[in-house]
Amino acid sequence: MSSAAAMTVSPREAKRYEEKDFGFWLYLMSDAVIFACLFATYLVMAGNAAGGPTPKDVFSLERAAAETALLLLSSTTFGIAAVSLWAGDRSKVLLWLAITLLLGAGFIALEFGEFSGMIAEGAGPDRSGFLSAFFTLVGTHGLHVSVGLVWILVMIGQVFAKGLTAPVASRLMRLGLFWHFLDIIWVVIFSVVYLPGLL
Amino acid sequence: MDIFGRLTIESLPFYSAIAASGAAVTVLGGLSVVAVITYFGAWRLVLFQWLSSVDHKKIGIMYIMLALVMLVRGFVDAAMMRSQQAIALNSDGYLPPGHFDQIFSSHGTIMIFFMAMPFLSGLINLIMPQQIGSRDVAFPFMNAVSLWLSMAGAALVLISLVIGKFSTAGWTAYPPYSGLEFTPGVGVDYWIWAVLISGFGSTMSGINFLVTIIKCRAPGMTMFRLPLFTWTVFITSVLIIFAFPALTVACAMLALDRTLGMHFFTNGMGGNMMNYINLFWLWGHPEVYILILPAFGVFSEVVAVFSQKRLFGYISLVLATMAIGLLSFTVWLHHFFTMGSSARVNSFFGTMTTIIAVPTGVKVFDWLLTMYRGRIIFKPPMLFTIGFLVTFVIGGLSGVLLALPPIDYLMHNTTFLIAHFHNMIIPGVLFGYLAGYMFWFPKAFGFKLNEKWGTRAFWCWIVGFYVAFMPLYVLGLLGMPRRMEHYEIAAWQPHLIVAAFGAFIILLGMICLGVQLWVSVRDRIEALDLTGDPWNGRSLEWATSSPAAPYNFAVLPKVECRDAWWDMKQRGVAYRRPEKYEDIVMPKNTFAGAVIGAAGFAFGFAMIWWIWWLALLSLAVIGAAIIVRASNDDDEFVMPASEVKAIEDARFPQLAKAPKNAMEDEPGFAGQPAPEAAA
Amino acid sequence: MTVENARALRWRPCASIVLAAASAAVLCGGCSVLDGPVLSPSGPISLAQRDLLFKAVAIMMIVIVPVFVMAAIFARRYRGTNRKARYTPNFDFYWPLEVVVWGVPAAIIVWLSLHLWHYTYQLDPYKEIDPGVKPLQVQAIAQDWKWLFVYPEQNIAVVNELAMPVNTPVSIAITSDTAMNSLVIPALGGQIYAMAGMQTRLNLLADKTGTFWGRNVQYSGRGFADQQFQTLAQPKADFDAWVEKVKQSAKALDAAAYEALAKPSQKVPVTYFSGVEPGLFDKIIAKYSHGDSDRMPRHSNTGAMD
Repeated sequence: MSSAAAMTVSPREAKRYEEKDFGFWLYLMSDAVIFACLFATYLVMAGNAAGGPTPKDVFSLERAAAETALLLLSSTTFGIAAVSLWAGDRSKVLLWLAITLLLGAGFIALEFGEFSGMIAEGAGPDRSGFLSAFFTLVGTHGLHVSVGLVWILVMIGQVFAKGLTAPVASRLMRLGLFWHFLDIIWVVIFSVVYLPGLL
Repeated sequence: MDIFGRLTIESLPFYSAIAASGAAVTVLGGLSVVAVITYFGAWRLVLFQWLSSVDHKKIGIMYIMLALVMLVRGFVDAAMMRSQQAIALNSDGYLPPGHFDQIFSSHGTIMIFFMAMPFLSGLINLIMPQQIGSRDVAFPFMNAVSLWLSMAGAALVLISLVIGKFSTAGWTAYPPYSGLEFTPGVGVDYWIWAVLISGFGSTMSGINFLVTIIKCRAPGMTMFRLPLFTWTVFITSVLIIFAFPALTVACAMLALDRTLGMHFFTNGMGGNMMNYINLFWLWGHPEVYILILPAFGVFSEVVAVFSQKRLFGYISLVLATMAIGLLSFTVWLHHFFTMGSSARVNSFFGTMTTIIAVPTGVKVFDWLLTMYRGRIIFKPPMLFTIGFLVTFVIGGLSGVLLALPPIDYLMHNTTFLIAHFHNMIIPGVLFGYLAGYMFWFPKAFGFKLNEKWGTRAFWCWIVGFYVAFMPLYVLGLLGMPRRMEHYEIAAWQPHLIVAAFGAFIILLGMICLGVQLWVSVRDRIEALDLTGDPWNGRSLEWATSSPAAPYNFAVLPKVECRDAWWDMKQRGVAYRRPEKYEDIVMPKNTFAGAVIGAAGFAFGFAMIWWIWWLALLSLAVIGAAIIVRASNDDDEFVMPASEVKAIEDARFPQLAKAPKNAMEDEPGFAGQPAPEAAA
Repeated sequence: MTVENARALRWRPCASIVLAAASAAVLCGGCSVLDGPVLSPSGPISLAQRDLLFKAVAIMMIVIVPVFVMAAIFARRYRGTNRKARYTPNFDFYWPLEVVVWGVPAAIIVWLSLHLWHYTYQLDPYKEIDPGVKPLQVQAIAQDWKWLFVYPEQNIAVVNELAMPVNTPVSIAITSDTAMNSLVIPALGGQIYAMAGMQTRLNLLADKTGTFWGRNVQYSGRGFADQQFQTLAQPKADFDAWVEKVKQSAKALDAAAYEALAKPSQKVPVTYFSGVEPGLFDKIIAKYSHGDSDRMPRHSNTGAMD
């Protein structure tokens, strides 16, 4: 499972982590189907502005680009945290997890601003089918990122309290899967929602 | 009164005698459970052995208990509908439309989500890990969470009888009717949250079962040595993982429409009702196979054991199961041929649907060929299997008819459709589960169910089924739509009276099931299963004691071929004592699953009644429970080898009391080496 | 341990009960079902639908009958107590049988799907029945809980009654001003959903005169059970007289009258309107579609895309 020198793992534990990783992959597949349904819904409803604002009226390329940058960057910093985990460097793991947390929080803050701005302008999710689909798709991703942030926070706590033990390392691995998965979903959101909406 | 959202004193069912008595029965049912536990002083047992259990066998038993309770509730709904329609020619009968509509909605919802799904999860939990020679499922704690989320969903449906009203939108909740504009009350919200919450549980179960089958098999148990029941669980799990998200999304969007005024499925403002129907059936059609494949698995086990013969066409059966699983995702549009798609689209989906008949037909013939040149013993599970084989093909016939779009134009939304899917679900799904229940009951409790009453139950069920549903086929040909609270066409009434009589025969079948359970518990000493192998079984679940030890297998079995247990008996290595026992690591019991379930119930209730503080609070409880649990590295304990040895040592004198094969007294017994009792 | 012997012998009395019950159920249905709208159709569409029904049932008997026969024979012959029957406990594969078991159902399905494509195109509800004849245009609007039929060419409208000249194609454009509905006239054909903001279409023809019931079959609320109408298939002269009769009505369906009519109501008697607000049908659709372009079901006025 993990090659960190400090961790010795019995075959039974190794098998347990393998099962957990595999189960987590299956969860991600299932979650991917949720997003697929949301994407399909968005594509069906993107034209249903019902006389209200259209994608061109409400999307901002700058903001979307900034959100993308923050999230992609956070994926990179999580990668560095994972490398530090491999090296068994606890303080570096903590540092890079914290940076990831900040970047993710920045993303959520931007998205929150985007949403509240739209709602203030009368382009809330109850305005039209298009906006319902938009808020739900992007909001579901945002909800996942928020859960990811709580998870990062919990893992910072665990690394701090327990050190880089085998169970903690195993959880960090799955958090990584989750975080990168959200990254991929965001890239699809950017290309399916924001780009065609603005071009 | 904002603190209670839209919950007021008027939400209590004092507006109608029928509604009030339904509520009273529900409340009394709950109270009597509490009273019985208190009377027997069993609270400690219930709390610490069951509520907090993460043992797959106990979880399975709890699932099946839930399923049986909900079967009774769903049957009461059915009986009310049948009796209403029998008398409602040119009259309102005894049920007003608002009430009748709730009843057909709750009947479908309960039977699919809270009878069939828990029954399925229960049988899988109880048996699948033992069949593959595993000590538990891969994620015992998550298993408990799944159970308690199912319980939470079922509790929401039950509580809707007491507080507020249930949905009138049918079990499919088609928008825009299910939207706020047409059904503003809490009914549809009860439906949504019950389905959503239990749906999360089902998805987790699917993941759990799949990981278990892929990662936790005993040494030598290759994929193509898996018993067929496990194979069907494997495919069903894949279907659950990929299909349930579509239901989650559809329900969540409906909830957003209703709660936050969004416009996914509303008539105007850019809503698109067709999207719901697509998403719903993108789940709904695979769901049919999610339910029926494991029933097929049960039939495969039962037919081989009671024909005392190897299962015919194992590879064919596996391939057919896979084919059905794959095809099940390509046919959803046949649920709405009448929505105006082009002839090309309808032809495509119609053809895909008829293709499913091929692997299904293969299965039927393979089961028949298993009986061919066997020595058939007609125990109740086998009776259910034969009854299924004969009746199911009629349902297959009507299914293929409905798959032909031009015929569907006429028969869609009529009682012909109702007859068709009940013809799939009762002889297919329910008979399979009942066969499994009677087949594996000894494995769960250590004694057999009474066969006389089981046989009676079978005959009542099958006769009742024909009498209740054949008239519905006829009524469909007479054009009678489903969901009619009353009608004016006199030609329909005789058939509806016959159908009501059929429901009465099924009631006798339900009573037989109840009596069977009662009599069996009373006479359990005479029907003890001492060997753990009461039917001269073939697969590994019969290698464990009945009931199985907490760890199932003291030493993991080594599998060398299909029908692993049969093979061990043939080679004379069954019941062999290992040279030494080892420590076994077991998951610790925890209340976290039940807490999450309770909070899930509170969350659903809060979302239904718009009690926002409670929703936030229960979400916080769920989050906290998950975090605490996920931070706990000490969730297992070691059962020392000495304790394992003590448990196993207790088994061998038991085996000695049953020196011969448990089936040997059976007149049709074809022979099998007796278990070598402990020396 | 006690074993209840559920012997094979019990099979016979019990099986005969099942058979008797099943045949009683079928028989008591048999006589009346033949007169039912589906099996005694009054138009070419429903006639062709019935033909397909019969053909499909017949071809599937190739698998259904053997299942019944095999189940009965095997259960009887290979009962455990019959020691004379051959017993081959390890017989689990025989490839010629596998070929039959896969091949026969597959062949039937191939035959069936060829018919399926043919009939589905032929009986596409959107397809004009006779391209050489201009069909009578009718607009059906589903309301809570009644049907409003508008005859744009005659400038009349009727609640809960649909008249048509016999042997003349009728093309019904369908929409809903409420929840989803589904329009069917079992003796003539159908059904197609009615959905707000969208138009669907149903082409029908009656080749016998008569009165046939039609209704909504998609559950839509408490008035659903009574949401029905009579279809009058009449000779041309009678139909013209009917149109004249409707035109005599003092009521006209202007915007205000429509608003009043559209409110939920049950068991609405047949009502005639002698004039109709221009473009009413399109306005009802536009009310929900907001000019958005994605209304999915085909809404062309002329038949299928294919």
